[in-house]
Amino acid sequence: MPPSGAQAPFVFYASSHISELTGLRASTLGQLLELIREVPGSSIYHHTHRFLQQHQYLSPEPPNDFSYWVSDVLGEDELGEKLASIDTMQFLTIRSLREKIASTIEKYLEDNPLAKLRFSRSEEEFHFIKSVSFVFPTNYVAHDLDEFIQALKKVTIDSIYFHIFEARLRLEKQVNDFSNWIGSAIGDKGLADKISRLDPYTHTLEDLRNKIISLIQKRSP
Amino acid sequence: MIKIDDYIPIVGQSTIDEIRMLAAKMAGRRVQHINSTAVGGGVAEILNRMVPLLNEVGVNAGWDLIKGGENFYSVTKKFHNALHGRREAIDQRDFDIFMETSRENIAKLDISGDIVFVHDPQPIALVEKKKGNKWLWRCHIDVSNPNQKVWGFLMDFIVKYDSAVFSAPGFSQRLPIRQFLISPSIDPLSDKNKELPQEVIDGVLRKYEIVRDKPIITQISRFDYLKDPLGVIDVYSQVKRYIDCQLILAGGTASDDPEGQKVLDEVMEKAAGDKDIHILLLPQNDIEVNALQRASDIIIQKSIKEGFGLTVAEALWKAKPVVASSVGGISLQIKHKYSGLLCHSIEGAAFALKQLLHSPDYAKKLGENGREHIKNNFLLTRHIKEYILLFLSLYHPEDVVNL
Repeated sequence: MPPSGAQAPFVFYASSHISELTGLRASTLGQLLELIREVPGSSIYHHTHRFLQQHQYLSPEPPNDFSYWVSDVLGEDELGEKLASIDTMQFLTIRSLREKIASTIEKYLEDNPLAKLRFSRSEEEFHFIKSVSFVFPTNYVAHDLDEFIQALKKVTIDSIYFHIFEARLRLEKQVNDFSNWIGSAIGDKGLADKISRLDPYTHTLEDLRNKIISLIQKRSP
Repeated sequence: MIKIDDYIPIVGQSTIDEIRMLAAKMAGRRVQHINSTAVGGGVAEILNRMVPLLNEVGVNAGWDLIKGGENFYSVTKKFHNALHGRREAIDQRDFDIFMETSRENIAKLDISGDIVFVHDPQPIALVEKKKGNKWLWRCHIDVSNPNQKVWGFLMDFIVKYDSAVFSAPGFSQRLPIRQFLISPSIDPLSDKNKELPQEVIDGVLRKYEIVRDKPIITQISRFDYLKDPLGVIDVYSQVKRYIDCQLILAGGTASDDPEGQKVLDEVMEKAAGDKDIHILLLPQNDIEVNALQRASDIIIQKSIKEGFGLTVAEALWKAKPVVASSVGGISLQIKHKYSGLLCHSIEGAAFALKQLLHSPDYAKKLGENGREHIKNNFLLTRHIKEYILLFLSLYHPEDVVNL
């Protein structure tokens, strides 16, 4: 088993969010597509990640606001399914995720021109919202994997969310913070890799907490 | 007096720690809430609970009131209705009355806050006193389809604020200032929402001669056309054809609202002769409302228009399955088929009720999901946290803020 002591401690951070309204709204797929291309990245991030925190007891769906609106409001189930099944883990930046969402809608509109005629009712328009994040350190610090497990059991789901989702995609670190620390500071590349291969988008945050704890506890020699 | 730590058993220690940590970032800054009334109405209710809790966690918060006479408040009532999209005859004299009282308040009210937090349109003109401090305007009403004359008048003031806050995305407008979405909340420790012993619930049912021998469907609301109590009776009648059930319509009427009595009379007339319809007039009796919600099998909220519709959050907090119209803030509280059923018509509501009455396991699951959703998103502690973040946002224009 690799040594569990770390070269540098892991400081658990958390992030809290507030929703900023953009005043932009769509009632057709065409408008949705146009606005997806021009809204700030913070808005794409909001609509693809909000559910993870607000509906964290539901696993694994519904995964994003675009999919939910397209299916439930416009009744375009096929496109809704395509948007729901975009594998967010494959994207390292919000820019590339935005492009995938936009091209999925664009292709669907080319293949299904009648879908352009669908309108939402005025009360059910899609409202673009931005996520403003406040990032701050918590009191939990781990110097080795045992302390890491103890802290992981106690931190809020907001902290787990921050290190797994926000650090990787929004802060463009490309890999989640837990894997990064376990790989570099602890030196256990195998364990780091196992954690980074989890698809966090298909777990609730509580499941994710338990899964990571279990992987660390079962780490192989 | 309720303390912030009293919420720990509900939301967890770490949530309260986080609120205290964020509050510490507000050290040295004073927040001054201003509205028009200390009692009555949702704004006063929330400030009465929120201001002491903000101070307890370390945010220096105060609360002041503007003063106005009868003429001023009848004008602001007209503004309120017009902003909700109702037809109102509004002329220059109304704007003059509004400005006259506003000028008196501007002259008299001491503005001492580093952040001045103005609630609703009545005190909106105070922003004329802005001098280097930060100003927030909190709009608690549904302005998705406002009377343009009144909205245009208010816009002259709104643009002078640093940020505006709305309760639902549909209420937002294109504005040249930042605007935030902050939903209202329910207090899980209030009389309306706290856990109740079974004997209290049974006692309330006995008092109103309601026997639990068949499913209970309940709507808690003022007797107001916008809450559609007559439509609820139609819904019940359609369900009753197939499932023997009973209906409770409970709520108050405002004494200064002549229309309320008219609605109540119509409801009584429509319900006459059906002993399974219980019409209960319960002004301001929070424990009884709580007990009736807990005694119900399904809660319905068939409103035609809603500011936010917190009765839905109250019901879901009690893990009750809810059938509700998709209006106002209700669609934020219910994700259709996940945490309740949304409807758009009498027939749709009746169908949803039949589904739930026939599938108790599904109904139970919706209620459980609903309670989790409310716990995560619509409790007072979330509201306090978001207000602190809102205050901090005034000093941080960026989208990712490192504290």
